[in-house]
Parts: sequence; structure tokens; C-alpha cells
Amino acid sequence: MFGLSALFLARFQFAFTVGFHIVFPAFSIGLAAYLAVLEGLWLKTGRSAYLDLFKYWLKIFSVVFAMGVVSGLVMSYEFGTNWSQFSQKAGPILGPMLAYEVMTAFFLEAGFLGVMMFGLNRVGKGLHFGATCMVSIGTLISMTWILASNSWMQTPQGYIIDEATGRFLPGNWWQIIFNPSFPFRLVHMGLAAFLSVAFIVAGVAGWHLLKARREGRQASEQVRLMFSMAMWMAAIVAPVQFLAGDTQGLNTLEYQPAKIAAMEGDWDSEGRAPEILFGIPDMENETTHYKVQIPLLGSLILTHSLDGKVPGLKDYPKDLRPYSPLLFFSFRIMIALGSLMVLVGLWSLFLRWKGSLYDNAMLHRVALWMSPAGFVALLCGWITTEVGRQPFTVYGLLKTSDSVSQIALPSMATSMIAFVIVYFIVFAGGITILLRSFAQEPHPGEEGPSEHEPQMSAGTTQVSHHPHNAGLAE
Amino acid sequence: MTETAAFWLPVVWAVLAASAIFLYVILDGFDLGIGVLFLKERDHDHRNVMVNTVAPVWDGNETWMIFGGAALYGVFPVAYGTILPALYLPILFMLLALILRGVSFEFRFKMKSPRSQFFWDASFCGGSIVAAFMQGVILGTLVQGIPVQNNVFVGTSLDWVTPFALFCGAAVTIGYALLGSTWLIWRCEGELQDTMRRVSYALAGLMLLAIVAVSAWTPQLHTTYMQHWLEWPQLALVLPVPVAVVAVAGALFLGLRNRKSHLLPFIATLGLFFLCFSGLGINVWPYIVPPTITIWQASSPPSSQAFVLFGAMFLLPVILGYTIYSYYVFRGKVTAEHHYH
Repeated sequence: MFGLSALFLARFQFAFTVGFHIVFPAFSIGLAAYLAVLEGLWLKTGRSAYLDLFKYWLKIFSVVFAMGVVSGLVMSYEFGTNWSQFSQKAGPILGPMLAYEVMTAFFLEAGFLGVMMFGLNRVGKGLHFGATCMVSIGTLISMTWILASNSWMQTPQGYIIDEATGRFLPGNWWQIIFNPSFPFRLVHMGLAAFLSVAFIVAGVAGWHLLKARREGRQASEQVRLMFSMAMWMAAIVAPVQFLAGDTQGLNTLEYQPAKIAAMEGDWDSEGRAPEILFGIPDMENETTHYKVQIPLLGSLILTHSLDGKVPGLKDYPKDLRPYSPLLFFSFRIMIALGSLMVLVGLWSLFLRWKGSLYDNAMLHRVALWMSPAGFVALLCGWITTEVGRQPFTVYGLLKTSDSVSQIALPSMATSMIAFVIVYFIVFAGGITILLRSFAQEPHPGEEGPSEHEPQMSAGTTQVSHHPHNAGLAE
Repeated sequence: MTETAAFWLPVVWAVLAASAIFLYVILDGFDLGIGVLFLKERDHDHRNVMVNTVAPVWDGNETWMIFGGAALYGVFPVAYGTILPALYLPILFMLLALILRGVSFEFRFKMKSPRSQFFWDASFCGGSIVAAFMQGVILGTLVQGIPVQNNVFVGTSLDWVTPFALFCGAAVTIGYALLGSTWLIWRCEGELQDTMRRVSYALAGLMLLAIVAVSAWTPQLHTTYMQHWLEWPQLALVLPVPVAVVAVAGALFLGLRNRKSHLLPFIATLGLFFLCFSGLGINVWPYIVPPTITIWQASSPPSSQAFVLFGAMFLLPVILGYTIYSYYVFRGKVTAEHHYH
């Protein structure tokens, strides 16, 4: 019981901190790409509204990025504090990938962030655009490494198990990185990040469109521009994301059928299976209660054929089944939100064609309410894939219960309470600031992040006044 | 061939990891020090200037710590898997403090009411102090030794509460404050610079006392540490360190006294840190988890170490290049225009 509780707390703590963390890198990935597009369009067209939007979202980026860095810092040490056995066993494979992530991505982002944030008047426009692109590329490289690592834990290959120590040793790095689920997961996660930010942008724009309407004026050019851009993203990326999710589902069916069975609440493996729309899976009694189902659809969705065989949880020993009640719902919430996003995209296309994209208050209201939809779907998808990997950390090879550190329950409990308190202070502060920034309407002549901050004295002219190398000269 | 690789790769990585940690210590050291100095400097505009000297670079500074964690994980997984559970609570407190401090950077500028500004200033200052102190405690606990059997930590969760480790915590906090104050002498001017010059005198005195105390204390912790001081040829390695400390300390006080000297105090403080760090490194060598696990016992297989080293050879120079570029873009004195005009 004692051991179980420490394990549960270790898992809960990790889930809590990753769940908090994952939102910010995803936000950074999407927002950095948006910023690069905005600055690129400004340089290409010279239209100042793009620059105003760039500066507006740059201020948001500084907060989001900082929260991503500090919460990510926790992750790079938590593997060791909470999962020391996992670290020792899988370290030779996952550690190098994380080291590459830091070297190729984190430094790139952090190194050019300063120039991107404060450097517009210090370096040339072209160089500044270069810095913005570097930050954006850094976020994408970072995502690539972290998903390679995560996918390896889901679909491990290219390793050799060392008999003496039980450690995973690298056999073939190419196979390790390009493991079977990696490409699908990468695309799915990348699109999720873009879509999440698009819906945040749409929500902020929707709010300002509604506000302008209430005040009987037209919203600023900047607001309309960002609403339009966000709706293009919804219309194009949301359907593509559905296809990407579908291919990842096929991949999961091939490599982790138990996860699929738990997601679908299916207990018996069968062909011509129905799709359960709603139900409550019951792990004890090996059944799903209150089923509402559509015949044949299950086989069609999962296998793309009417009589395809879908897996059932009873195919697996009781102690190797992922926890279906959670997966069943996290998966369905993700699908529901994804469908809504597709509908919003299609609706915007129709209104755009009718010429009333900026006048339809209903769409603006829906956009406002849907602003967190992308992030909620992303979190649900993440829960689905990670909880679906249980009871293993390295799928089929290393159990979660054999991965945990020997940390006493009091320490684990202390740290859990400390994390919750600090994260809530930080989260509350961050959200307050983000909401306050969102409440400002982007306007012509938008100022950058250094608005209320003292100025850096401009480079060389000041240096001649204050020779800061005088100490060495003497 | 594989024998040679299995011997040299861990050595190369130990040097590389130590360099990365040293870079982290000095880079985040001065920006943590600025948080500690909030204790002394209460003026809002001055505080803004202090924070602005590091605003464009602190993310990069902190990245060296993430690199340290990831490198340890990939290259010395046994060390990672034993040190972190042993230091569970200090590391936890340090990380939470770094979180509070990191977001305060952004939040303190964006909060408008005096009350929330006070809160985030306090969290910036408190977070910096706790992070600095805990880093010292971690160092102290590591140097005093971590009980390990079969690659599993076998001590208690409060092993770090010893006079030596706590003293190291205080010493590192003082050292970071000195790094911060001398950094500000370089990067600021006027009244703020004068204050920092005065503060630096006191901090430099305290730091030298701390260096003497830790140096006298360390050899008594383990017989292997003592041997460095009693046996030839180890003595040849450690003996120059105290001599150099005296010389660099002299340069530091000269720089502080000469009001035309802006950069020398900071450079001299970096020198002090380098000497302390390498002194400790020589003492601990070749253990990575004193007193039982050597760098070779802690290593991941050569294939893992070689894979990361291959990338590091190309990437680290590039990283250093653009880090220097970023510092270069934001060179020069930082001022609060509206305050002085």
C-alpha cells in the first residue's frame, strides 16, 4: 500500500507538471510560427498592420515562453527525482535525445529570443526577421526531438537490452529516432499546436469584434486581419488534422491494439464491430455500461473496412490493460472538439464567401467560446496516448512500477503540495497577465515588449561616453 | 580501441559537463545575484535597470542548467539516477524558486498596481535567494558524499541538512550576489553603480572568508580529499589554487577602489569562481558521486556518449557563437531614461 501510494503520487505529480508544461511549448510552437509569418508578410508587403500584430503577439510570446522555460526546467530534472530507475535503464537512449534537443533547439530559441524581443531597433530588419525565424525553427526542432523520445517509449525499436544491468543500450540510432509511431505523432502534435494558437487568436479577435460591435464602431484593421488569418487556419488545418489523427489511429492499432481497445471501450475482439458513441467502461466487470452504439462504424473507423477485426480488452491480461474509463472520455472529448473546429472552419468559409466574415456576431461569439478548444483537445489527446501506454513506461518492456524512484511518501507528498501551490500562483499570475493583454485591442502604432521598461542606451554612441572597458585598459 | 574509448569518452564528457555547469554557474550566477541584491536596492527605477541588464539574456543563461540535466541524463545516467533522488528536496526547492523567479521577470513589468508589483518583486528576490542557496546546498551535499549501494541511493531525504552543506548554501548565495553587484558596476552608471561598488566591498570580504572556510573544511570530509594536500604529485595540482586566489582577490579590490574601473571587478569575480570551481573539481576527481561512484562507473555505453559528443563538437561552438552575438547586440550601459532626465 505504501509503495503503491508513492508510485501513484509520483505519477500524479509527473502528470500534473507535464500537463501544466505541455500547454506552453505548444503555445510557443504555434505562436512563434505565427510571429514569423506576420513579420515575413510585413517585410514583403510593407503593410503596417502586420507589424502591429507582430508586436502585439510578441508581448504575449514573452510571457508564454518564460512559463514554458521554467516549467520545462522541472521536467528535465523530474525524470531523475521521480523516475530514477527509468532514467538509469532508458537513460542511454532517451538522455542523448534530450541532450540533442537542448543543443539544437533550446539554445537556439533562448539565444535569439533576446534579439527577437528587444532587438528590432538594434539590428537590421532582415537580421531581426532571421532571429524570429530562428526562434520558430528552434521550437519546431524541440518538438521533433521530444516526440522522437516520446514515440520511442510508445513503439521502441533499435535497442539492445544489456543482460547484466537490464539497461536499454542504443543499437541503431536511426531506428531509435525514426521509430514506427514518430512521423504520425510529430505531424499530429505539430498541427495541434498550430490549431490551438489559431483558436486563441480567433478568440481574442472575436472578443474585440463583439466589443466594437457593442460600442457601435468598426473593429480595427488589425483585429479583422487576425480574425481572418485564424479562420483560414481553422478552415484548412482542422480537416487536415482529422486525417492526421486517423493515420495515427491506424498506426496505434498496429502497434498498441490494447490502447485502441481501451479508447473504444471494446471488451471482445470482433469483426463488423459497432462504434460506441457513449458508455461507461467498467474495468472490474469487463464491460461497458449504458452503451449507445452505431453498428459497423467501429470496424469502419478503425480498420477502414466493414468487417475489419477490432481488438478487445479481454485479449490482454487484467494487469496489462490501460484504464479504459479515462481513455474512453479523453478520446471522445478530443474528437468532439476537433469536429467543432472543422465546423467553425467550414462556417467561416461560407461567411467569407458571402462577405460577412466580420459582421456575423454568432461566429465571433462561437470563436470566443472556442478559444481554449485547441488546448483542451491537445491535453485530451496527450492523456489518451500517455495513459494508453500504461502500465508501461517503455511499451511492453519496462513497467511503470519498475521505473519509479525509491522516494519516501512524505517527501513525495511535500513536493506535491509545493508544486500545486507554486503552479497555481504562477498559473494565476500568467493567465491574469495574458487576459489583460488580450483585453487591449491591437491598434495602429502598436508598441513592442519594452513599452514600460527603461531603454537600453543605444550601442556605440553611449559606449564612447562611458568606456566600460576602462578597467582593463588601466 | 573500445577500451580506449571507454576510458576517454567519460573523461572528455566529465570535462565538458563540468564546463557546462561552470558556464551555468557564472551566467545564471550574476542574474540570480541581481535578485539577491533586490534586498539592498529598494528603488523601483533602479530595480528596473537591474532587471533590464539581464532581460534579453536570462533565458539563455538558464538553458545551461537544462543542458546540464539532459547531459547528465544521457551521458552519466547512474549519476543522474542517484544524485537526483538523494537531493530530492533541495532540487525541488531550487526548481520551484527558479519558476517563481523566472516568471517574475516577465510579470513584474506587466503588473500595474503597487501591491502586485511588490508581490512579484518579492517573489523575484525570494526565488533568487532560495535558488542560489539550494544550489550551494546541492554542491555541498555532493562534495560531502552520497551513500549509494548497487546504484541506488540509500540515505535519507534530509541528508543534506548538515553544517557543511548549509554553509555552502550561504557561501554560494554571497558569491552570486557578488557576481551580480560587479556585473552591475560594469553595466550601470551613476547612483546605482556607486551603491553596487559599496555593496561589492562587503560581499567580496564575505566571499573570501567563505572560500577560506570551505577550503579548510573540505579536506576533512574524506581521506581522499586530504590526500590531495599531502601527497606528491597531487599537491602540484592543488597548490597553485590558493596562490591564484590571493592574486585575483587583490585585483578585485583594486578594481573596486579605482572608480574609473568598470569591468575589472566582474572579471576578477569570474576568476574567483573559476578557481573555486576547479579547486573543488580537482578535489572530487575522479568521482562523480563521491565517495563511491567514479565517472566510468556512472557512464552510459560508449555508443551513447559518442553519439552526443559527435553533435556537441559541432553544436556547442555554434551555440557559444550566437550567445556571444546576443550579448554583443545588447552591449553598453543600461539606463532608465525617464529617471535621469
